Amino acid sequence: MAMDDALLALSGVGFAYGERVVLSGIDLACRRGQVVALMGPSGAGKTTLLSLVLGGNQPAEGKLACRAERLSEMFQEPRLLPWRNALDNVAFALKAQPVSGRERVARAEAMLDAVGLPRASHRQFPHQLSGGMRQRVSLARALVIEPDLLLLDEPFDGLDVALVRQMQTLLLSRVADRGMGIVMVTHDARHAAAMADRIWVLSEAPARIVACFDGAKDRSGPSCLALADRIEQALLSASRGSP
Amino acid sequence: MRRALLFAAGVGLMLVLWQAGHVAYGSLVLPGVGETLVKLQRLIGSGEVGDALQATAFNALTGWCLSVLIGVVAGGLAGRFEELRFLLQPVAIILLGVPAIAWVVLALLWFGGRWAVVFTVAVATAPMVFAAAVQAVRSLDSDLARMARAFRAPPRAMLFDVYAPHMLGYLYPALATTLAMSWKVSIMAELLSGSGGIGDGIAAARARVDTAELLAWVVVVVAILIMLDQLLLRLVRERMHVWRQEEEGHGDG
Repeated sequence: MAMDDALLALSGVGFAYGERVVLSGIDLACRRGQVVALMGPSGAGKTTLLSLVLGGNQPAEGKLACRAERLSEMFQEPRLLPWRNALDNVAFALKAQPVSGRERVARAEAMLDAVGLPRASHRQFPHQLSGGMRQRVSLARALVIEPDLLLLDEPFDGLDVALVRQMQTLLLSRVADRGMGIVMVTHDARHAAAMADRIWVLSEAPARIVACFDGAKDRSGPSCLALADRIEQALLSASRGSP
Repeated sequence: MRRALLFAAGVGLMLVLWQAGHVAYGSLVLPGVGETLVKLQRLIGSGEVGDALQATAFNALTGWCLSVLIGVVAGGLAGRFEELRFLLQPVAIILLGVPAIAWVVLALLWFGGRWAVVFTVAVATAPMVFAAAVQAVRSLDSDLARMARAFRAPPRAMLFDVYAPHMLGYLYPALATTLAMSWKVSIMAELLSGSGGIGDGIAAARARVDTAELLAWVVVVVAILIMLDQLLLRLVRERMHVWRQEEEGHGDG
């Protein structure tokens, strides 16, 4: 993969919490209009890697280049402001941008419509929404800034199949239509196979890349299921400590 | 509607008990409702209530504002920095343990006049605000702060959308309690200092053994506290109630 046109490029990146090495020699990249998935055993440092991309931590070694102008994240937990309604939670993401309050609300409203949150729920507070609705609001907040690179941390955890399909379709349409790049952390091989153009499998900490797969040609057919099986085998090997 | 009716019934019950006490013990011990209201009307007509209210409101609110300022700043810093918390917590506990009446006497010796009242209100209420502010800062949700930083929220948005609403949730009970307490402490301090205000009016009524006038002043204080609660605090309470129901059940999936 040519690194020059990458929205995100990691080269030999390593990170440690004090003495504990979490990531070691990580090379990966995400281009415009590409979905990449990061998989690995629990505690392999996948979320830490996203934190490095967000700038929450600095790599101890290697080089991390992020050329995204608008970077966004959808967190594992919705992390909605409990004292703001759904609309204001989405509009909050736009506060860093030089747009008027009226435009913020209009864009937030349109994005909530796009993720399929009923109009009647736009002005409800997070505790008044179901878990699935909160995830929709979280997705709307991540997308409303029209990111060129979106980080997803276990975005479909605990959601029903229909909602997962709907969210995946929306995300893939944004990738195809607007050239958004996605880096997705997931532990579900089917989700990775259904969405990603490239899948990296990390070993247990100190994590390094132990396997890499190209995405399935058919996102819902037999080749997708076969890919999910191969990824799961690689994950099992990674958990046992052998590449 | 039902709530309003029950509220009115509660007030009615108090008035009936009051009047029954008057019938049983006579005017010197407990003047009747009508007698007290006539006295109250005279006090209002002469302008005494207006002047006293102004003075007490100034004393109570100035002292309370000082207490909130000191309590929130000191508590906020103590919540953020552990060393400062260990240093200031015993100070707050000691200040909280000193009876308000002792502060009045000390303040009269130190300052005298109206500033003794303001000081007493501030020193008696600040430790409660301090304790609430410590808890508010210590319980700040770091996940929410990280989320806000991920969206590059400007400092103004961090303050008004993330930190302030969270802090208010913890501070509100302390602010409401200390606001009511500031009026009571202020009246007590005025009673001893003779520096004007409702407390001064009560002291004058006591000197004249005018129980009806004394009760008229009590009616003024109670009316003020009820108005504060219903007009100001209730608005904040209802606004917060909308989102503070996480502990109540909600659907999933």
